[in-house]
Amino acid sequence: MSKHLAAVLGTGQTHHASRRTDVSMGGLCREAIDRAMADAGLDWPDIDAVVLGKAPDLFEGVMMPELPLADALGATGKPLIRVHTAGSVGGSTGNVAASLIEGGVHKRVLAVAFEKQSESNAMWALSITPPFHMPVGAGAGGYFAPHVRSYIRRSGAPDHIGAVVAAKDRRNGSRNPWAHLRQSDLSVESVLSSQMLWDPIRYDETCPSSDGACAVVLGDEDTADGSPGSVAWVHATSMRTEPTTYAGRDQVNPQAGREAAAALWKQAGITDPLSEIDTAEIYVPFSWFEPMWLENLGFAQEGTGWKLTEAGETGIGGRLPVNPSGGVLSSNPIGASGLLRFAEAAMQVMHRAGEHQVPGARTALGHAYGGGSQYFSMWIVGTDKPGGRR
Amino acid sequence: MTGISEPLSAPLEVGFDYTRSLGPVLGRFATALRQRRIEGVRGSDGRVHVPVVEYDPITAEALDDFVEVGQQGTVLSWSWTPHPLEGQPLAHAFAWALIRLDGADTPLLHAVDVVSPQEMHTGMRVRVRWSDAPVGSIRDIACFDPVPDDAAAGGTAADHTGEAPPLPESTSEQQEPVAMTTTPVHLHYRHSASPEESQYLRALAEGRLIGQRCPACGKVYIPPRGACPTDGVPTTDEIELPDAGTVTTFCIVNVPFLGQRIKPPYVAAYVLLDGADIPFLHLVLGCAAEEVRMGMRVRAAWKSRDQWGTTLENIDHFEPTGEPDAPYESYARHL
Repeated sequence: MSKHLAAVLGTGQTHHASRRTDVSMGGLCREAIDRAMADAGLDWPDIDAVVLGKAPDLFEGVMMPELPLADALGATGKPLIRVHTAGSVGGSTGNVAASLIEGGVHKRVLAVAFEKQSESNAMWALSITPPFHMPVGAGAGGYFAPHVRSYIRRSGAPDHIGAVVAAKDRRNGSRNPWAHLRQSDLSVESVLSSQMLWDPIRYDETCPSSDGACAVVLGDEDTADGSPGSVAWVHATSMRTEPTTYAGRDQVNPQAGREAAAALWKQAGITDPLSEIDTAEIYVPFSWFEPMWLENLGFAQEGTGWKLTEAGETGIGGRLPVNPSGGVLSSNPIGASGLLRFAEAAMQVMHRAGEHQVPGARTALGHAYGGGSQYFSMWIVGTDKPGGRR
Repeated sequence: MTGISEPLSAPLEVGFDYTRSLGPVLGRFATALRQRRIEGVRGSDGRVHVPVVEYDPITAEALDDFVEVGQQGTVLSWSWTPHPLEGQPLAHAFAWALIRLDGADTPLLHAVDVVSPQEMHTGMRVRVRWSDAPVGSIRDIACFDPVPDDAAAGGTAADHTGEAPPLPESTSEQQEPVAMTTTPVHLHYRHSASPEESQYLRALAEGRLIGQRCPACGKVYIPPRGACPTDGVPTTDEIELPDAGTVTTFCIVNVPFLGQRIKPPYVAAYVLLDGADIPFLHLVLGCAAEEVRMGMRVRAAWKSRDQWGTTLENIDHFEPTGEPDAPYESYARHL
């Protein structure tokens, strides 16, 4: 039995900020949902099922928030699935929602992801040392900084590449009305002079802590064909996982990410990603992960991703605009960050990205990773139906 | 392998005072509680929800039709709590009850203060006992008290027990609507180490470093895991490792944060012990942070023996040996 087609009908997101104390968790989700439903031109009775993603429950201290949130998510009396793959969860949420349509189970599915980081302190939540261990952990930055150092050593990249990414993403964020940080004045020099937090990662090379939510409405082929606006057809989805640590694990270029990407390109019939993808929303919480993931995804040979960045090829107008929305470096409601990448990819091929639209984008990648680079989820969306372009 | 002894375990405390922003609906409910009033919200089917719900359970629409309800109600169901837990409304035995307040259609879960389960029954009448100093939280309802039968039948005259003290004079801040509430969550775990990790920890208490070798791939894991994550086979072959090794990679932590136990700046480094196939994170001292390098040779600096326990913290830190750096190729596959 062949797969059914699925398409993004509408997307919505909140204004992301360090403290959205004007709303509850439910209210935060609904801002994104109401915008996505309006964007899709659908109403509650049209929705068959709801998929919710968020990062670890310790961040808000609510066990299984999908239960108290069911009313806000419009899920009462409908199937509600909670997805949990750490920081990649937003991406996985989009993929699970797509799979419910591709498998022919449902016709219209609402995917929602959120984080309300202001309710606690993610750095604390990610640094709890169990007994018998050495208490050297220092949040996500402390975890990833040594692996960034390994990348720099392995690739021979010049020291300023991380700053190039940070300045570019924050400038892009200044064109995105929803972004948490909108800093059009950041330069490579100013990033390099910002405080070193987890050497070699500087303050301006680090994502903010955000409250925010994202919602995506997906539909089947009939619904998409009848949609009043443009849609983003799902061309491929992929997820892979690997253990956090094992002897010989490649922490710079993880096997799970390489294999997820290879499966994704194959499914979409793409042989030369750099030429065939028009723009990519890649999960870059610390600036150096742009070149690292360019290599992991196969946009560049191992050790050469930084050259694309340095040459300006990942800016809007470059060969592969990466994170035209400003990316995770401009807004990081952790659980929603992956779905934001997926939604922004869809917005690009629906030509609804406003001031950060990549002109003529027809095929886009959405990407997320999580945990200690152990979960990967990604999708490719296109203006045309799969197989309809080439 | 020597005989199995009891795995080690130790307390693990995880706690945070979570700050909740309430939004307009929950905020109005909390604001009313601070005034010792209870407000519900009417749903699309006419039912009055107490506690309030932000969105209609049937139509999913946002709700804003608020209705004040009574402070007495009827117990729909209950359960006896002989040994209350930390953080529960009462410190002595009490009943959890589903209470439908007069004028509401949905029940509220709260505590009823009676001395024994014999005093509880479905259908009994109860009334709110307010806390002395309301702040705008569900805790402003301290608990519920049973309403004596004559009071329930006769109305107000006999209703003199359980009178709340007068509301404290409100400050200007308290006249603002309630927008935030604090939810303390404190969890007390007992964290257990695996049998293999326990053997490694007991060896640490004797100043020895014990790993295990996988019989299939030959890789040496420290701490030992009991099974190889690559081959999925049990690991039983114990290996004693030296306390010297190579820094594969590292970062310098300059950032202070809540719960931090080492004062920044400090070097968090992956140390690959000689003979091991996986590095672990530890602290590097004994030279300036900016002198730490990938490939640097280091040796454990142990705490004095009288401070040893079953923990990797017996090694206070690693420090440079002064040997030439290990060649990149020798640790490149461990990055």
